[in-house]
Amino acid sequence: MKHIKTLSTRDLKGSMKKGGCGECQTSCQSACKTSCTVGNQSCENNK
Amino acid sequence: MVHQFENNGYKIVMDVESGSIHVVDDVAFDVIPLFEKNSLNEIVEQLSDRYTADAVRESYNEVKELKEEGQLFTEDNYESYMNGFKAFKPVVKAMCLHIAHDCNLACKYCFAEEGEYHGRRALMSFEVGKAALDYLVKNSGSRRNLEVDFFGGEPLMNFDVVKKLVEYGRSIEKEYNKNFRFTLTTNGVLLNDEVMDFVNKECGNVVLSTDGRKEVHDKMRPFRNGKGSYEMIIPKFQKMAESRNQTNYYVRGTYTHFNKDFSKDVIHMADLGFKQISVEPVVAPPSEDYAITSEDLPELLEQYDILAKEMLERKKNGKDFNFFHFMIDLEGGPCVAKRLSGCGSGTSYLAVTPWGDFYPCHQFVGNEDFLLGNVFDGIKRTDLQDKFKLCNVYSKENCKDCFAKFYCSGGCAANSYNFSNDINGSYDIGCELQKKRVECAIMLKAAEADLI
Repeated sequence: MKHIKTLSTRDLKGSMKKGGCGECQTSCQSACKTSCTVGNQSCENNK
Repeated sequence: MVHQFENNGYKIVMDVESGSIHVVDDVAFDVIPLFEKNSLNEIVEQLSDRYTADAVRESYNEVKELKEEGQLFTEDNYESYMNGFKAFKPVVKAMCLHIAHDCNLACKYCFAEEGEYHGRRALMSFEVGKAALDYLVKNSGSRRNLEVDFFGGEPLMNFDVVKKLVEYGRSIEKEYNKNFRFTLTTNGVLLNDEVMDFVNKECGNVVLSTDGRKEVHDKMRPFRNGKGSYEMIIPKFQKMAESRNQTNYYVRGTYTHFNKDFSKDVIHMADLGFKQISVEPVVAPPSEDYAITSEDLPELLEQYDILAKEMLERKKNGKDFNFFHFMIDLEGGPCVAKRLSGCGSGTSYLAVTPWGDFYPCHQFVGNEDFLLGNVFDGIKRTDLQDKFKLCNVYSKENCKDCFAKFYCSGGCAANSYNFSNDINGSYDIGCELQKKRVECAIMLKAAEADLI
């Protein structure tokens, strides 16, 4: 495309099919402890 | 829902519900807001003073193609999906063990009241810790990865129990097919070679608390006699970070009304050699002089922009570092269930006091209204747990139409409660800062991809 470049991202709709295993890290166990940040957690199923 | 913004010269369009992110030129940036409610001819006419008809047509067709591919103007139909998730019986998979309600520092902003959490000084016994691990294993269902954070107060004031609990946890992993991921959060005062060796062997992550520049750190993180702790802890943190090859740790600070120029503190940490950095806004009642106010917001938001630009420069020069709140995993990030279901407090995540009481998370410890049960008798307040179970993006009125909902998962329930008296409310200052961090994080990804 000439006017729009799309970054490579995970298909969120598609993640409904196999998602929700619950194995990924709890956000407050990483480094926050006062704010909720899930966007930077990695999916365990992609490893 | 589509969110458009400009940052550092990049024009970015987020299609929130599909997770797609587009970097666009001026024409597309102006066509997209008109696309849904206007015909092509109307858009050409409306933008005729700025762009040629051909450019608008080209851009329009690209937008149309993306919509057809499900990458623009995607509808939100996740709510019923989330309702299905809510029906599940909660399993616990993470615990914050308050191994010591005591501290050897007297940090002025401590939500734990110098470790005491509005209660008494106490150290967790091995028996209570063991009961907590047993509860975790027995109530974790099919979850294999179990997270246990040694927290305080200052956990190293009860290091012997930490060691014994890790040993116990490791001894039961195989039998129950579990994998413990231990982490430790420390102020560094008691950090020594023995502790470092132990942490490097057993802990997947270690959080090292410092606020940055010496004057900032010492003002808020003094010993009880008033003397600053910077000189004592920084060399130890540097050694710890190096011993872990600059990975799997964070130096973590808190910024307040007193250091609104906090980007300088982050840069200071980077200049000290740290590669994994997290600095967060203090959460405090407005009555405290160090609390962040809405008047502080413009300066704080600008600080994130300054920091993001500086990080780009350093990356170009091979001096890059990670800033926790700008880290975003676009391709391998969490599934939509994780993104919408909240932090898990009160359900998959529990805090345990030294005497074994359960609270929804560390932030609620000490507030008796949120006492859920204890390690010996289990969860008693299932009514309260149900409230936390139902707490997610769709139960929060202010989250439904927010572009950041897939990145913060509805934010911190404790912050919401502290500022709106409702775990489904919101903490507006925190939301504004979060939204800015998401925009900066995405800008950095766009810059790294070197697009357009």
